[in-house]
Amino acid sequence: MMAVGKKEIECPPYAEGTPLSDRDIKERKVTYVEDHPDIRYSWSAGQAISKFLNGLKEGRILGVKCNKCGRIMVPPRMFCELCFKPIDGWVELEDTGTVQTFSISYIDPDAKPLPEPIIVAVIAIDGASQNMGIMHILDEVKPEDVYIGMKVKAVWKSEEEREGAITDIKYWKPLEG
Amino acid sequence: MEVERISGLKFHKKQDVAIVGAGMTTWKRRLNETGRELSYLAVKQALEEAGLTLDDIEMVVMGSAPDTFDGLHLKGEYLLDGSGGSDRPYMRVFVGGGTGVFAPIAGYWHVASGLADVCLVVCEEKMSSSYPHPQSAFKYIWDPILDRPLNPNLIWIFALEMRRYMHVHNIKHEDIALVSVKNKANALDHPCAQVAEKITVEDVLNSEPMALPVRRLDVSPPSDGAAALIMVAPHIARQLTDNPVWVTGVGWALDTTWWTNRDLYFPRYVAEAAKMAYRMAHVTDPRKEIDVAEPYDPFDYKELHHMEGLGLAKKGEAPILTREGVTQRDGDLPTCPSGGLLGVGNPIAATMGVKACEIYWQLAYRAGKRQVAKEVTTGVCQAWGDLMQVGTVMVMSNKR
Repeated sequence: MMAVGKKEIECPPYAEGTPLSDRDIKERKVTYVEDHPDIRYSWSAGQAISKFLNGLKEGRILGVKCNKCGRIMVPPRMFCELCFKPIDGWVELEDTGTVQTFSISYIDPDAKPLPEPIIVAVIAIDGASQNMGIMHILDEVKPEDVYIGMKVKAVWKSEEEREGAITDIKYWKPLEG
Repeated sequence: MEVERISGLKFHKKQDVAIVGAGMTTWKRRLNETGRELSYLAVKQALEEAGLTLDDIEMVVMGSAPDTFDGLHLKGEYLLDGSGGSDRPYMRVFVGGGTGVFAPIAGYWHVASGLADVCLVVCEEKMSSSYPHPQSAFKYIWDPILDRPLNPNLIWIFALEMRRYMHVHNIKHEDIALVSVKNKANALDHPCAQVAEKITVEDVLNSEPMALPVRRLDVSPPSDGAAALIMVAPHIARQLTDNPVWVTGVGWALDTTWWTNRDLYFPRYVAEAAKMAYRMAHVTDPRKEIDVAEPYDPFDYKELHHMEGLGLAKKGEAPILTREGVTQRDGDLPTCPSGGLLGVGNPIAATMGVKACEIYWQLAYRAGKRQVAKEVTTGVCQAWGDLMQVGTVMVMSNKR
């Protein structure tokens, strides 16, 4: 049985829902359950990124190339996702690049205010194909002086401090000035 | 039966698909109701509008984005009873923010394939369960090796994209802020709205900086809420109404997760998804043929970005159309007449309520105060999400 017929409703006709305020929760005026899960993960970096991270430890930025589409890619991968075939080899890239876009961030990962804003950018790495960028931090430059197209250079941690992580590059600074 | 070919793919459907009812709850930050209760409210309204009962529903599609928000895995199963999914074929789909249009696309598969004649699509999101802020849950979408050691905030990528878009097309923040002004004002007419208000461009430009160029009023709020939609076969639609709204095209596409390896000024994922949906819907000139649009607007620049991806404006032209008032509710191309995510709120998957549901209500002439001024035949809705690489598009029409 169906088809009682469509009612003339101007939508949405009702919209129930009882909002709570921050204070209701802080002052425990409402019933709720609190949980702080302690879950830990250990991720595999994988074949390509492991080699990339080992390169960073030596102060080198490594990319890969695909002879079919002719791209030199960074971050590196074991297969070209466009040609869907294994990559054809590794290349060492420059530790300089160009700012493709940037942001001045006033918030941390939990949306809490940062004491000092930080500059985050997508940097196209020299020696790789066009638009091959990585996300990283800029420093030694005032927010108002950053511009798209600015040439930047990696500032590395000292050899002893490097551990094979993206943070082995402390930040990027303007190439000139 | 209709068969079409596009780059080796066949669009082959068994039957047409009509929408006959929709519903949504109020959208707020921290609703006292559980996700199940919210789903129930939305479903109840959709059934009432369609003139159906739960017994008439053959299959159910649930759309809800990451489990991380809820601290509860297998959320699809948790939400089952409130969604009316008990004892019938039930599935959950999600592609992050793209879910708001992806879930109705999955509903379309059910009916178009002939597997179901009556399919209920429910979308639910409760972002407020993670305390103090859902941003903390967004940490888990970043690459754990390459990105997370930099302590990223999700707003970063949008700020980077917005800056690139402004740079390539020489767009001023003032022009982008107009979207926020328009959508928040449109939302004043929406009974479910969370942040409807009359604001000015100056308010946007002077609001608290988050990750520049993104400021507080450039962003939609986190919300809780639910929405529902009922999709049926033509012979069912005929029994229920003289004026069903038809789903004429669907499309979806993902761009690479290596998001820093592409130029961020143009949303290719939306363009590809739109191409697929328009081919199915026989739309050849979207700017002329689309009467009303609900592009995904979690950020003000995103509406512009997505209008260009949807082919509703040329590259770099969307801010001009906005400035000229073309996208106002009484304009030539009303865009986000609902008030969108910027005005009504942003419960990730449940945004189906202001995207797919709103286009249905507009084409059914049931949008009340939100009804656009012009006569409407064809509308498009779109959503976007994941690590900013998925586009989902649905074209609807009140003519078959």
